Amino acid sequence: MTAPQRVSYRMESTLESVNKAEEMADQIAARAGFDEDTRSGVSMAVREGMINAILHGNAYDTNKRVNLSFEQNACELVITISDEGHGFIPDEVPDPLAPENLLKTSGRGIFLMRAFMDEVRFRKLDPGTEITLIKRLKSG
Amino acid sequence: MSMKASTRQVDGVTIVDLSGRITLGEGSVILRDTIKDLLGKGQKKILLNLGDVSYIDSSGIGELVSAFTSVRNQGGELKLLHLTKKVHDLLQITKLYTVFDVKDDEATAIGAFGR
Repeated sequence: MTAPQRVSYRMESTLESVNKAEEMADQIAARAGFDEDTRSGVSMAVREGMINAILHGNAYDTNKRVNLSFEQNACELVITISDEGHGFIPDEVPDPLAPENLLKTSGRGIFLMRAFMDEVRFRKLDPGTEITLIKRLKSG
Repeated sequence: MSMKASTRQVDGVTIVDLSGRITLGEGSVILRDTIKDLLGKGQKKILLNLGDVSYIDSSGIGELVSAFTSVRNQGGELKLLHLTKKVHDLLQITKLYTVFDVKDDEATAIGAFGR
């Protein structure tokens, strides 16, 4: 059995960090053995999580950082993203698929994370929010 | 990778050929500015060619929705052309595929604009 592998980064609240995290997610998902479509979904979920942390959480505050970690064990790839912002209540984010919200120009990030990952969890920090994204490896 | 937008006119329709990524930041801003510019010039029949758009994130989706409603609010029409599989799937899962008028063929798309 393979020992869990974990790698962590402390990143600045910039757009560059969003792009960098997305690239790293794609590479790590490729090493984990996910097919191209799944990799694309994982990297998009990470991108959306990072946007959530940097734009909505830290509000591009240069004094605040985002922690990003990837951990792979025999069963799954676990990605955590945490910010130092004011936090939010995920259940209060309107359903972007509701007819009255379809033409809204924002509010689809959490939906996309949930669409592409097997599990998405939110935890309130003091201060900030931690998002955990889980993608299960196919058992062979 | 950044995004590029170039425009051309065919039978009174403005075709915007987009390439690259429509994502938070530059890509979304270029799309927003292009639509704003076209509407400012009174060009209200707009066909967005997404054939070379490799990737769209939630911000890019928001920008497409914003373009659609801005054009419609000014009495115009905005249609989408040549979606890649990735973009097609994204519009499907966000239930926007039926909101936008999506075409696969340029001539058909141009003919579908009101005269």
